[in-house]
Amino acid sequence: MINEILNSITFIYPELAVSIFLLIIVLVDLVFHKDKKYIPYISLAGLVITGILVLNQIGITHFAFVPQLSAVKKYGMMTIDPFGSYFKLLVVVTSILIIFFTIASEEVIDLKERLGEFHALIYGMILGMLVMISASDLILIYLSLELLSLSSYVLAGFLKLRERSSEASLKYVIYGSVSSGLMLFGISIIYGLTGSTNLYVINSLIQGPQINLFTLSFSSILMFVGIGYKISAAPFHFWTPDVYEGAPISITAYLSVASKAAGFALLIRFIQTGFTSFISEDGYWTLIAVFDWQALLIAISILTMTLGNFSALWQDNLKRMLAYSSIAHAGYILLGIAVLSNQGLIAVLIYFFVYMLMNIGAFYVVMLISNKTGSENIDDYDGLGAKAPFLGVALAIFLISLTGLPPTAGFIAKLYLFIALIDANMIVVAIIALLNTVVSLYYYVRVLKHMYLTKSEREQENITPSIGSLVYLLVLLIPILFFGIYFTPIVEFARSCVSLLGI
Amino acid sequence: MNTIPMEYYLLISAFMFSVGVTGVLIRRNAIVVFMCIELMLNSANLALVTFSSFLGDPAGQVFVFFVMTVAAAEAAVGLAIIIAIFRNKLTVNIDEINIFKW
Repeated sequence: MINEILNSITFIYPELAVSIFLLIIVLVDLVFHKDKKYIPYISLAGLVITGILVLNQIGITHFAFVPQLSAVKKYGMMTIDPFGSYFKLLVVVTSILIIFFTIASEEVIDLKERLGEFHALIYGMILGMLVMISASDLILIYLSLELLSLSSYVLAGFLKLRERSSEASLKYVIYGSVSSGLMLFGISIIYGLTGSTNLYVINSLIQGPQINLFTLSFSSILMFVGIGYKISAAPFHFWTPDVYEGAPISITAYLSVASKAAGFALLIRFIQTGFTSFISEDGYWTLIAVFDWQALLIAISILTMTLGNFSALWQDNLKRMLAYSSIAHAGYILLGIAVLSNQGLIAVLIYFFVYMLMNIGAFYVVMLISNKTGSENIDDYDGLGAKAPFLGVALAIFLISLTGLPPTAGFIAKLYLFIALIDANMIVVAIIALLNTVVSLYYYVRVLKHMYLTKSEREQENITPSIGSLVYLLVLLIPILFFGIYFTPIVEFARSCVSLLGI
Repeated sequence: MNTIPMEYYLLISAFMFSVGVTGVLIRRNAIVVFMCIELMLNSANLALVTFSSFLGDPAGQVFVFFVMTVAAAEAAVGLAIIIAIFRNKLTVNIDEINIFKW
């Protein structure tokens, strides 16, 4: 027993590092309460260490925390596999980018006294996401989802004197707790049907004939509600625009990339380990015939991307527009899962890497401009191309990449997605997704039109970003342009990371 | 314990869950909405304990302890957020908390 626990601890070093640094940040916040300017650097150091520990784990495939008392001793509560390591790396890199993001953001600089809590809560989110990515037990899935959610509720309302921020937070907490309550009820039914909380055991039990199909489908849908709210899929997306508009921009960018990535990792693991009977040699998953996940996922993803794109058309607030655009992107990524093949999974991994770069980049430019003008309204972007040439070009590249036009990495991400769809003979779905991309072009280009073609009515001073911001934007821009032309490295890396710990 | 069939516990649990969901949908006071969310969590707890007892597997009862802890944390965060919004708007009626519109 004790040996198993000690042995398992060697597999969760990244999570341990995050927990230790969470405690360090809280203690430093308490002890040095006069001078808090070092806290961002401590959290950066912690993230770099976590990143190195995750890098060491790439390629390892193992169960951790295998229960010794139960009859089925093979399966653990956590699975360490290349797929999980890829998503953990993505979360850690996003977090590092977001810490730099907060250093430049006026909203966060104004917090001063509460900077320690801010970083401690971000660490709470990171811990929740890391555990969620490798959880293969329903108890752990629920707990990590709640850890992530509770930290993000507080962060969304962190600017508590601002009415919008509190309202965003309230909406987030109500939608979030309702959907996690539905998910918990689904978990309790699954537990009642199978008598186990482990996804692998559940998988082997629901292959038997004595399972009530209707009950299992009902509980699967309830589980999907909880996950669908995290990834803001269509019928559960109502919180997304409000929360993204009201939260501090750094948190908006973080929610739109990292917590969405963790939600997708959980969804993929839930379907793959819980409902797949075998994977054929050419990489197609055969699901157990208890619940038609493919039809559900295709319907939800088409609904998600269409709603996201069409609602984004008439948004005047850039943050809100990017929120709808992130809903649409969640729809594209869901299509990659709906293919139910390893090729679709590769497309999802590539998409997330590119999505991280371009979405954080777009939010960063919006943040720099709102630092100066104090607003995110599209009318304040009139004539910006002349007043802030570098920011204008950077935002243009990020938006073109979000549309998915060459020569940017966004094109490669969409290309691989469409190839996976066409290979699986889902031509109609691919055409709908393509038409959606055309719709999205309108609202992205509308921003460019305001920046370059509309003359500003008011006199505005020039916006010159600091050296740090320039470097930050270049760090995001260069990979987007580079991988748009030479994309073999990320494709190869994604290909090496598709394997989940099998049945 | 075993004299009462499992269905009775599950029916009560399903009833509590329905009351919770209905309450969330129709009540307009944020605090009542939170009470209804607690009801949803507790109905899931009842189902878990029932299954755990009838299956003879302790995992479900362990799960319930975790859920209770999470519910407490969620109530604390939720009430703190309600206080923050009350200070800003002097109301906790969900219909009046409506800056954001699409």
